[in-house]
Amino acid sequence: MLEFSSAEYAAILLSLKVSVVATILSLPFGFAVAYAMTYRKFRGKVALDVFVNLPLTLPPVVIGYILLLLLGQRGFIGQHVLQPLGIKLIFTWKAAVIATAVVGFPLLVRSIRIGMETIDQGLLQASCSLGAGWFDTMLTIILPLSLRGVIAGSALMFARGLGEFGATIIVAGNIPGVTQTIPLAIYEYASSPSGDAMAIALCVVSIVISVAVLLFHEYLSRRMTRGD
Amino acid sequence: MELRVAIRKRFTSFDLNVDFTVSQDRIGVFGPSGSGKSTLVNLIAGLQQPDDGIIQLDGTTLFDAKTNVPTERRRIGIIFQHPHLFPHLSVRRNLLYGHTRCTPENRKIDIDSLVGVLQIGHLLERGVNNLSGGEKQRVALGRAILSNPRLLLMDEPLSALDDTLRFQIIPYLRGACENFGIPYLFISHSLLEMRLMADRVIVFDNGRQTAETTPEELARDRMGISTVGYINLLHLTNPRERGGITSFQWGTEELLVSTEGGTGENLFELSSKDVILFKKHPEAISARNLLHCQVVRTFASGRKIGVELSCGGERLVAEVVAEAAAELGIAEGVEIFAAIKASAFRELR
Repeated sequence: MLEFSSAEYAAILLSLKVSVVATILSLPFGFAVAYAMTYRKFRGKVALDVFVNLPLTLPPVVIGYILLLLLGQRGFIGQHVLQPLGIKLIFTWKAAVIATAVVGFPLLVRSIRIGMETIDQGLLQASCSLGAGWFDTMLTIILPLSLRGVIAGSALMFARGLGEFGATIIVAGNIPGVTQTIPLAIYEYASSPSGDAMAIALCVVSIVISVAVLLFHEYLSRRMTRGD
Repeated sequence: MELRVAIRKRFTSFDLNVDFTVSQDRIGVFGPSGSGKSTLVNLIAGLQQPDDGIIQLDGTTLFDAKTNVPTERRRIGIIFQHPHLFPHLSVRRNLLYGHTRCTPENRKIDIDSLVGVLQIGHLLERGVNNLSGGEKQRVALGRAILSNPRLLLMDEPLSALDDTLRFQIIPYLRGACENFGIPYLFISHSLLEMRLMADRVIVFDNGRQTAETTPEELARDRMGISTVGYINLLHLTNPRERGGITSFQWGTEELLVSTEGGTGENLFELSSKDVILFKKHPEAISARNLLHCQVVRTFASGRKIGVELSCGGERLVAEVVAEAAAELGIAEGVEIFAAIKASAFRELR
């Protein structure tokens, strides 16, 4: 029987932690961007759309490198924002959260947008005529009616976060117990001559977590449908 | 209520250009599909913005060159063609949506009295997705009324319902608004609905108002061009089964109608085309109703002549061509006989 050491447990926990934190932090921004893209008319909408979706088409390594250039000690944000505040992100688990958030963000926005686009415009006009302003309508009509999209997007983003490798290894490194997530640990075991068994075991853990996330998403969706 | 609307709005396909002031509480906006009626609703409600002009309600400016009060602050309720009930809220929470957003000083209608008028008390704790079409439209009406609007815009609220439901809902629409003193603008392409809902009608075509009249005058004007003629609306009471057909009381007259029973008071429609006039009492005819009437007045409509008759204290409109009118010697005060087949009546509710 194969037993995990503390490093493997740390990798599993860190993967979960990074994905959960990245998803939760992205949710309000994802919702706001999806709202703006669905309901607002403004200049630069196409540019925002391209910018938000760029991580879907860019290699994660490129994203990681751009983040490193921005957040590193000599980077624009690193030098002018983070350093004065005494914040160090690169090669910490927080950098992994940022990488995961950037890579998964378009999936979150897309799902929420699809959820919003299915809402009947008549409902929004009705809520307006009943005295609800845009923020009120957003909270009381749009948010609950796009909740399936929010949940689907969160599940997708979380699952994508679990698999995040390229961007994470560049901005957070592969430090066991500190920034080593499941994919990074698998990469390390797969590169060592005697690590196959442990790599496979971690693959199984990945599959179990992913299946659990998808089942949870399915369960919530069914419950919401029944709630109709 | 006084509503002044003088606005213009350009679209690629047509221009909307209206200028009217109405002061009655039950106003109809009548016109064919695509004539701009719904656009007018959107502009008055603030869902769309006019290019220029002015909209005033009871002396308050809702829109002009300097002002554009947002929809949520206009206090104008809307009943749409589809009920647009919030699917994630119960009937009660749908009803209270606008009520809770209304300032306390404007909150004059309470849910209990409204629920009684609309007969939706048994639905309150239910979700809205399993309600019937008529129940949904009643809840939508209740939700709009509970928001205590200064004006209610009804944009073809009956067009998505079948005929039976339409005429069941009309008393609720009219009754609830009268009960709670809410003026309304009723938009429809149905002349029959106009006559049941409005006291004054603005006729609309191609983005412009073409006339302002009463529903009755409009119906008479259109008799000659309408394929169904003028529709007489008859409130018949006291139904009694009589040899396969039903006898009803109509004023002091009795009418025989091919229908199965009745509920006490029923509304029937009868086309002016289905009334045959006789100068003298015929010996025997197949039509089951022969009424002794007096000509009250005549009116020209297209190529037809409308003949308004007084029968047992009630009014009936028949239509004839000019040649028949001359043969019958139709003139004000002339006594005449009107024959109507029992199968010519159509029950509305």
